[in-house]
Amino acid sequence: MATQTAQPGEAVTADAALATQIRVAVPQRSLRSDLRAISIVWRRELIRFRRDRLRAVTSLIQPLLFLVVLGTGLSSLAGASMPPGVDFKTFIFPGVLAMSVLFTAVFSAASIVWDREFGFLREMLVAPVSRSSIVIGKTLGGATIATFQGVIMLALAWIAHVPYNPVLILTLIGELLLLSFTITAFGVMMAARITQFQAFMALTQMLVFPLFFLSGALYPLTGLPGWLSVLTRIDPLTYVVGPMRHAVFAHLDLNPLFVAHLSPSITWLGWPVPIWLCLAIVATMGLSLLGVAIAEFSRTE
Amino acid sequence: MATQTDPDGAPAPPAPAPPPRPPAITVSGLTKNYGDIEAVRGIDFEVARGETFGFLGPNGAGKSTTIKILCTLARPTTGRATVAGLDVVSQRDAVRRNIGLVFQDTTLDNYLTGAQNLRFHAELYAVPAAAVEPRMRQVLDMVGLWDRRDSLVSTYSGGMQRRLEIARGLLHAPHVLFLDEPTVGLDPQTRSSIWEYINELKAREDITIFLTTHYMDEAEHCDRIAIIDHGKIVAIDTPEALKASVGKDRVQIQTGDDAAAIKELAGDFGIEAGIHEGAVTFSVESGEQFVPQLFARLSVPIRSVSVSRPSLDDVFMSYTGTTIRDAEASASDHMRQMAARIRGRR
Repeated sequence: MATQTAQPGEAVTADAALATQIRVAVPQRSLRSDLRAISIVWRRELIRFRRDRLRAVTSLIQPLLFLVVLGTGLSSLAGASMPPGVDFKTFIFPGVLAMSVLFTAVFSAASIVWDREFGFLREMLVAPVSRSSIVIGKTLGGATIATFQGVIMLALAWIAHVPYNPVLILTLIGELLLLSFTITAFGVMMAARITQFQAFMALTQMLVFPLFFLSGALYPLTGLPGWLSVLTRIDPLTYVVGPMRHAVFAHLDLNPLFVAHLSPSITWLGWPVPIWLCLAIVATMGLSLLGVAIAEFSRTE
Repeated sequence: MATQTDPDGAPAPPAPAPPPRPPAITVSGLTKNYGDIEAVRGIDFEVARGETFGFLGPNGAGKSTTIKILCTLARPTTGRATVAGLDVVSQRDAVRRNIGLVFQDTTLDNYLTGAQNLRFHAELYAVPAAAVEPRMRQVLDMVGLWDRRDSLVSTYSGGMQRRLEIARGLLHAPHVLFLDEPTVGLDPQTRSSIWEYINELKAREDITIFLTTHYMDEAEHCDRIAIIDHGKIVAIDTPEALKASVGKDRVQIQTGDDAAAIKELAGDFGIEAGIHEGAVTFSVESGEQFVPQLFARLSVPIRSVSVSRPSLDDVFMSYTGTTIRDAEASASDHMRQMAARIRGRR
């Protein structure tokens, strides 16, 4: 071995004395090596997801129950307030999409806690890469998987009589990706602090259900009592379910009055919040949570 | 390195100096406290390049803490340490690029194949793309896992997993390989096969190996060992030199009345004996010559006798006053206490 440390850019150098040994020089840390790290952490999430078909199937069950059983069961009751020709299932479909993404994203983040228990997190944390590339790779991986689950749910749109319009589909996928990213970032941030799997699942379940029920996934945001109205405006999920429902109803042939009633704009003290601002709020939130998650993981030894 | 002089006696023009071979590891005045518990209390040593250096001691003696500091996983409270000439605190990333780690507990992903685990490692350590495949083949061949590379790690036995971890630790061609209790939890046959791989590795790669162990027989594989007890190094030398320094045979007897036997040994023979591993234990210059006298003069009935040449066990005992197994038993309470504190801090 000739040199003590590797020079950047030095690739493989043949070593005459150790002809059988392949010399490897690990280069200095650079943007490129951080990108490689992000990419491999992301790819690992996908490989593991592909292996785990059971998980893909089971995480579809809960949203399907909500859509088919709850949607059908309540339609006789809710149908009275639905305009003629509009199924209650159509109304709750955006909420059910959000739900399928919500649970998958949280579960993806839980894999960090899992990795910690089985030791693999250590393999990642001792590597000569920045902690941020590990956290970003994990978050993107979880977001990709969650979006994929959402897309499978989206393929079942016919159950809810939602049209397969390309523009609508692409809009919904984009919004699902945004939601997946933000929720995974939230989960990763929690996983930095919570080291036990059971505790992590219990705590996230406790947070996920209120998020879902307060988002207006199952009811319109009009004519709510004051306390509930305030809580729905605080729930970040509201700002994704609202735009998704807006997109769905924009592609139905309906009287604008009905649309205004069933899919009203989210309002702050009477001011209607534009769609772009809703989505910007969610994106900002996701990036901030990711920032906190990176800081948390960088703090630990 | 000899300096050349020409016939006139005048100094020769400076020859192209071979690159200096600084020690692979230097440690000076190192301490580490967890709260008010002193895990490491001021240790100094150096490990030469190419050396296999063992840290021997019971659990809780400070072995794992020291290895963690050298691997940049813990910061020293005071003192300084360098690995491959790089400071473990100020040049953390550079140290990490130059070391391979095999931990006590497995850090493999069971849901990936052996090859996928290695590829993950290669990407994290930014191994040049062209070198990844050949190097993977080389390290997997070395540990005999090339044929099983596409099997999920969850189907590997404990010994295979440890071998895969060793292969992974070597993948980025580190200068120093750290093995923290490399054979703990493995059966004796697997342990000796792991050592075959490590010895082959020493022959094939120019690498320094730093390992911790609490198995005496494993320490024999090292070029030099340091005996650590209660956070301090009590002896450091080659295994042979350490054994020679003890120089006495160890006699262990099982008797009908241990207390009376110890009393009689002290009174009639002037020998200080103690109970270790359930037997009356003492050291004498020549065991073979002493045993007949023992039978002739000891009034307590003797059930069995064993005489052993100095082993590292005796070295350990002569430096610490206890056998490693007895030390383990008393250290386990201390460990639990320490573990509880560390958990509490997180």
